[in-house]
Amino acid sequence: MVGYLVVLLLVLAAAAYWIGRTRAIASVNGDVARLHSLPGQHGMFLALFAAGPALLAIVVWSLVTPGIESSIIADRFSSELSGMGVPQVEAFIRDARAMAFGGLVGFADPTKEAAAAVYKSIHTTSTWIIWAVALVLSASGFYWAYSRIAQAYRARHVVERILRAFLIACSVVAILTTIGIVLSLIFESLRFFQQVPFYKFLFGTHWSPQSAFTGAGAEAGAVNEDIFGMVPLFAGTLLITFIAMLVAAPIGLMAAIYLSDYASKSVRAVAKPVLEILAGIPTVVYGFFAALTVAPYFRGIGESLGLNVASESALAAGVVMGIMIIPFVSSLSDDVINAVPQSLRDGSAGLGATKSETIRKVVLPAALPGIVSAMLLAVSRAIGETMIVVMAAGLAANLTANPLEAVTTVTVQIVTLLVGDQEFDSAKTLAAFALGLVLFCITLSLNIVALRVVQKYREQYD
Amino acid sequence: MTDAISSLGAVGRPVSIHTDDAAKARLKGRYRTETWFKWLGAAAVALAGLFLVLLLSTIVTQAIPALRQNYVTLPIDLSAAKVDPAKLDEVNYDAIAQEALTAKFPDVTSRQDKRLLRGLISTGTGVFLRKDIAADPGMLGGTVDYAVPLDDFADLYLKGLLADVGSDEAISTSVTPSQTSGDIDLTFGDDAMQALARGHGATEGENGMLTLTSGASSLLVAFNGGTVKLTALSPAANGTVIAKGTVIEALDSTAPAASGQAFLRVIETPEASRKISDKMIVWLDTLNSAGLIESRFNSIFFFTGASREPELAGVWGAVVGSFLTMIVTLAIAFPIGVSAAIYLEEFAPRNRLTTMIEVNINNLAAVPSIVFGLLGLAVFLNFFGMPRSAPVVGGMVLALMTLPIIIIASRASLRAVPPSIREAALGIGASKVQTVFHHVLPLAMPGIMTGTILGMAHALGETAPLLMIGMVAFIVDIPGGFTDPATILPVQIFMWADFPEAGFQQKTSAAILILLVFLVIMNAIAVILRRRFERRW
Repeated sequence: MVGYLVVLLLVLAAAAYWIGRTRAIASVNGDVARLHSLPGQHGMFLALFAAGPALLAIVVWSLVTPGIESSIIADRFSSELSGMGVPQVEAFIRDARAMAFGGLVGFADPTKEAAAAVYKSIHTTSTWIIWAVALVLSASGFYWAYSRIAQAYRARHVVERILRAFLIACSVVAILTTIGIVLSLIFESLRFFQQVPFYKFLFGTHWSPQSAFTGAGAEAGAVNEDIFGMVPLFAGTLLITFIAMLVAAPIGLMAAIYLSDYASKSVRAVAKPVLEILAGIPTVVYGFFAALTVAPYFRGIGESLGLNVASESALAAGVVMGIMIIPFVSSLSDDVINAVPQSLRDGSAGLGATKSETIRKVVLPAALPGIVSAMLLAVSRAIGETMIVVMAAGLAANLTANPLEAVTTVTVQIVTLLVGDQEFDSAKTLAAFALGLVLFCITLSLNIVALRVVQKYREQYD
Repeated sequence: MTDAISSLGAVGRPVSIHTDDAAKARLKGRYRTETWFKWLGAAAVALAGLFLVLLLSTIVTQAIPALRQNYVTLPIDLSAAKVDPAKLDEVNYDAIAQEALTAKFPDVTSRQDKRLLRGLISTGTGVFLRKDIAADPGMLGGTVDYAVPLDDFADLYLKGLLADVGSDEAISTSVTPSQTSGDIDLTFGDDAMQALARGHGATEGENGMLTLTSGASSLLVAFNGGTVKLTALSPAANGTVIAKGTVIEALDSTAPAASGQAFLRVIETPEASRKISDKMIVWLDTLNSAGLIESRFNSIFFFTGASREPELAGVWGAVVGSFLTMIVTLAIAFPIGVSAAIYLEEFAPRNRLTTMIEVNINNLAAVPSIVFGLLGLAVFLNFFGMPRSAPVVGGMVLALMTLPIIIIASRASLRAVPPSIREAALGIGASKVQTVFHHVLPLAMPGIMTGTILGMAHALGETAPLLMIGMVAFIVDIPGGFTDPATILPVQIFMWADFPEAGFQQKTSAAILILLVFLVIMNAIAVILRRRFERRW
């Protein structure tokens, strides 16, 4: 229904463009040079006013109505829903919506059917309202703009101002996203910290939110505060990140050095795409590789050496994550190494240093801030990486530094807490947002530190 | 550098300035370090290449078997007595296909064995049969030869992935059976069998009795048109060996098989540690040697939705879901990203707002993807009440994630357009907007497109944020629109990788292969765009 409305408005816009153009030309009897703005700009002006406000109204409508409709349903059927918890109410509304508009229905009962009928009628009403609003907006916009078109009218200024406002709005999306991330994380985390004190979350050493509740059903209110300690998760994350960096840092750095200073053109022509492909492989593929090939392989080696390697060892996840990060490290280091001016190398060579001496004693020290920053960014990437650890690392929170044991990470726990059926007011789900906040803060501060390192310690040679 | 090393010791060169022995040794050491360092770098690059080769070869070798599926051709009775043409929907097609299979093995009588036998063909057989009959009612009314997909274990066995197939070796002694079916005694002419059984994990008992438990390799003796599985061996008079065995396929007669007439087949993997029993292996081999089994291109995998049964699982639903999600992502991220880049690069004054926007964009590019999933969950699902598992929400989340990539690439591309173009346009009276949209943007477009495609390729492979917004749900139907519940290719891979059935491992690899093919195509387009249209100024 609303789809038709959008199409209709687009057709209207096209028609308005043509009408505006024609009217502008007609207003000067075909002598276009006498117009202040080009005929096309007049057309655009009319089209924008004919369709713009209406389209905006539709966007707002489609964002707002589902929530309003659900709350009306919940309100009307409040007596039937009074005994249910939040997830059941959500499921009820979801089913009612599915029955009204087609979709997968859990199971049907008369109440739901009644709700679906109400849903349908509300939705029909709201669709009619948006049709009426959109058409009125469109007609009045058209009328207003049409009456403005005249020889001296500055349509170009209006159109360009609107366009500029649109461009600014688009740039602000980035800020809005950040604000959205920060607010949603903080808001949900605060709700979590109302149930679990934040010091227990930050410094507790026991993590097992699956056993968070003592009661069942409606009595499930008592939250055990002591099982939301994130220290083991953090330790696990650091362990895996450490292993990953152990793999990625030397290989990535050496590869960058080799490619920028030693490799012949033909080697570079092969090696660069290899690294790019490695960078382009989705992380879920790395995860599959880690879980099904690398982990059993390490386990096999461990067995033959008489070591007990867990099948979800931190080592396997860490090594594969390291492989994933190699291209990241190498491309960042490559940029940094190439940014060191040639004059430094020439000077070193002129003093009789070999190439490796030049690199180790001149180029690397000069590039050090950049390399440190690259490594910090790589660490931040490893900490935030999800799929490899979800597939290859463990679920149980072990506080251990042994890479052969299974550990779990912050991202793994976020995924396990949020995949599947959720209740949005339980400490268990909210804990995921608190973990997300921690993750966001850590990666953000690592990025800022990386940036500061470069800004503060970079030496200007040119 | 090698030139330098060789020229050092070259004859006829001026005397080296390194006159001192210690200096020469130092120089040698320095060059040694140099070589070492160089090889270390080469090794690092080689190692990265090795990882890539290892990764891709693992995926490809695992994926190849999944591209084909084994079918068994059975004579299926579709006469009016079995299938009432008026009530096509009420017929139990599975039972009809199973009857056709059991008819091939008349001597399988026990209930347990029959269930095993029925398990050889896919549980989806009935659905396929019904669909094909609906498409071609001419099949009805008689017995037709119909190819039925095999169950995943049977299929994997035939592909050689479940158990080593073993080879038939002639037994160099006579074999005499006591009966043709049931639990029988076999008399072997010499005691070679005993040594063989010992070598294959038989348990030693009293009086030299050897028991072949389910922990030992399976010894199958084929002769007189049947197959017997050995369970125990004991020495008898005159150096003969009497073996106890279970007949899997009935023998024709109790006549002794002469030396070289009976064949022994050893399946090394013990029955207890493989997913397919000896009986199923024998039945499958019988079907196979009768020429009833054929391997076909696995169209089920490519053109159907997901399933819990490995042989019925397909990627089409996930591919469509990915496609819908990508459309939403592109529709949101491309216009917004390019507009933002145009504003920041061409119009924005240097003030605190623009600095803040820039810092924000750079930070967003480094935010872990899972955090975007949390944003989508909290804002789109919980706050705006949008549907779970829908491509439209997934697309919006991925769009927010791709936005920084597109903005950064577009800005670089706009910056690369030389100022002379702008000045020329402004000079002949174009407004700032006209300059940008008529002259700068078209010239920057190839670069913007390249950046966008690379950003989209990145989004296509992204999994974590979509787990957060419920795209991990198990969805069988092919999604038909942007608000239908759907899953996407990487999430499908993630789900299949978790399934315990052995058949899913190949399916997962094949799905990965499909994903990689899409990514390669997108990257190839980006490279071509860059090569053909990008201008260097």
